[in-house]
Amino acid sequence: MDFLIFEAPILMVQATLDGILIGILFALIAYGMALQWGVMNIINIAQGDLVILGGYIAYSMYLAGIHPSWGVIVSPIIMFFVGWGLYKLVINKVVDRDLFISILATFGIAIVFQQLMNFIFGADVVVAQSGYGTTMLFDNVVTLPHSTIFSAVISVIYAIVLVIYMRKSKLGRAIRATAQNARAAKILGVDTEKVYAATFGINAALCGVAGALIAITFTLHPYVGLPYTVRSFMIVIVAGLGNLPAVAISGMGLGVFEEFADYILGTEFRIGSVFMLLVIILVFRRFKLSRKREYLK
Amino acid sequence: MNKIAKLFITFTSAIVITLATISSAFSKVEGDTIVLGAAVSLTGKYSSNGVHTQNGYNLAVERLNKMGGVKVGGKSYKFKIIYYDDESNPKRAAQLAERLINQDGVKYMLGPYSSGLTKAIAPVTEKYKIPMVEANGASRSLFTKGYKYLFAVLSPANQYLEVAIDLAVEKNGGKPVKIAQAFEQDAFSQDVRLGILDAAKRTGSEIIIDDKLPKELNDMKATLVKVKAKKPDVLVVSGHTKGALTAIRQIAEMKVDVPMLAMTHCDAAKLSKQHGKNSEYALCASQWHKNLSYKDKFFGSGKKYDKDFTKRFGYAPPYQSAESSAALIVFKDAFERANSFDGDKVRDALRTTEMQTFYGNIKFGPGGQNTAKPMILFQVRCKGDKCENKVVAPTKWASDKFYHPIPSWSKRS
Repeated sequence: MDFLIFEAPILMVQATLDGILIGILFALIAYGMALQWGVMNIINIAQGDLVILGGYIAYSMYLAGIHPSWGVIVSPIIMFFVGWGLYKLVINKVVDRDLFISILATFGIAIVFQQLMNFIFGADVVVAQSGYGTTMLFDNVVTLPHSTIFSAVISVIYAIVLVIYMRKSKLGRAIRATAQNARAAKILGVDTEKVYAATFGINAALCGVAGALIAITFTLHPYVGLPYTVRSFMIVIVAGLGNLPAVAISGMGLGVFEEFADYILGTEFRIGSVFMLLVIILVFRRFKLSRKREYLK
Repeated sequence: MNKIAKLFITFTSAIVITLATISSAFSKVEGDTIVLGAAVSLTGKYSSNGVHTQNGYNLAVERLNKMGGVKVGGKSYKFKIIYYDDESNPKRAAQLAERLINQDGVKYMLGPYSSGLTKAIAPVTEKYKIPMVEANGASRSLFTKGYKYLFAVLSPANQYLEVAIDLAVEKNGGKPVKIAQAFEQDAFSQDVRLGILDAAKRTGSEIIIDDKLPKELNDMKATLVKVKAKKPDVLVVSGHTKGALTAIRQIAEMKVDVPMLAMTHCDAAKLSKQHGKNSEYALCASQWHKNLSYKDKFFGSGKKYDKDFTKRFGYAPPYQSAESSAALIVFKDAFERANSFDGDKVRDALRTTEMQTFYGNIKFGPGGQNTAKPMILFQVRCKGDKCENKVVAPTKWASDKFYHPIPSWSKRS
């Protein structure tokens, strides 16, 4: 336990700002997860690994001498097709099945992706240098790296674009219709197979954007996908499916929670505190549900 | 298929299996070849360092065989290594050690990569009384268990950064310093931490920040904010390559000014390449550097080893390769002094090893650790955009002066 943050309250500003900025990025990943969960009823355990793969695409560009920030455009395009291919190859076989089977299938995909990334990019930890500067506030006490601001801004832009696309475009309407009632949508002439593939592709594309942002703000390693899966799972559980403002708020909330846990409990409990919170929320929700059921009886 | 054919297949396979087991039971020394066994990580999270280890072993085998091999009882023998991939998994490593010993009949082992995997294999080699010379397991706990068949050519982990604290005290005019430290919670980093605690006690220094880092570390802002607030004289970080990379990235982003920064795994992280100028002035612990003046008759000097290795494998050798090569020189020396292939005699010879290799002096302490070789510290220095590691301590091998204190970020271009 460390109470420095209470002794110097200015650090709370730092923790809150960091939490919000990083939370927006988490929310973007979680929104992808919520989208496909809602449409296809699949919990994608490989979410985090798709993120890391997206990061490696940006890193490859960086190695080729292109500024890694362009990764936020290139990576989602490539990842869309990766997602599409993954759907055609594996997911379409589990999409109508039990939730448990899809969890197993995506868990398998996660392992395959980790090993492939390890094979192609090596087991070394890598970073892509963006060369962005830092803004100092409050007499250099609070620092805001421009890479984090950049990542938050890009995440917001992608979220807005996606919302507009889902509202206005034909495919977006088809996706929403399928989410509401797949059978009815099919009867009314929606090609649900295509909708599913597109949804999975869009999710993978969002992971690609997030990955490219992580490559320039944090570090990449083939085996660090899981924490991102857990975070997005948690955000979705709290926010519910298909509710973007709620996803954004719970994403930022999680970011701030993590930062404070980091300062007070210590960095070693950062991910641990997220898992802990997940357990508490699941227990709480179950408790609430069971009360409701009793009432219904 | 008729009955006769079936019978025939049964008999031939029975014979083949018998032959296979017989030959393997004698495979410790086949003809004029001494067979060594090694499980190294060719896949999984340690795969890059596993390959460095394997390349180090292979280069030494090629060189020693070319230079006349090992002379035992007036006859010359050649080295051969049987490799298995342990997939960076301790359980698998222990299984493979059993397999090397029981099925392949290996009587002498080389170590795997990392302390964790060495810890998994050591009980097995100990059980079968198989001498193992390892080059990549530095954890102190390996040497406190009373293992009798384990020998490590490298300095134990607690020595990694002790020198840095001594250096900080020296720069502070012999007065105690304030230390901030952040260590990952794995066997290796915690051993490095113990070394720092010892050094702090010895010098009367105070530890003002003592943070732990998680396995999935990619953000250590909280620690760095504390460093900014409490202004220690030295910041020590050990969290493998991701610790080194994360620390440098965030220190630069947050413009954390600290007079001295000491780390581990800088060369494995290719710090000067991945972070360029931002990594300048970082002080790094290393087992070996090519500029050290150690010599032997197989590889000549560190510089020559560097050249030969680069020619053979296409990249400059990290210390993981150098120490792996040294393990074979130690084995050769022990075989020749034992003048026998008896496991216990070879073990006794290993125990009395006292020699110089291109990698450093080697003499084993009672726990099997190398007590004759100090750790070195290098500092990242840049000229323009090109950054290099310069040895700054101990003074005997220092090629450059230790730059202290690190200039503040506002003065760095």
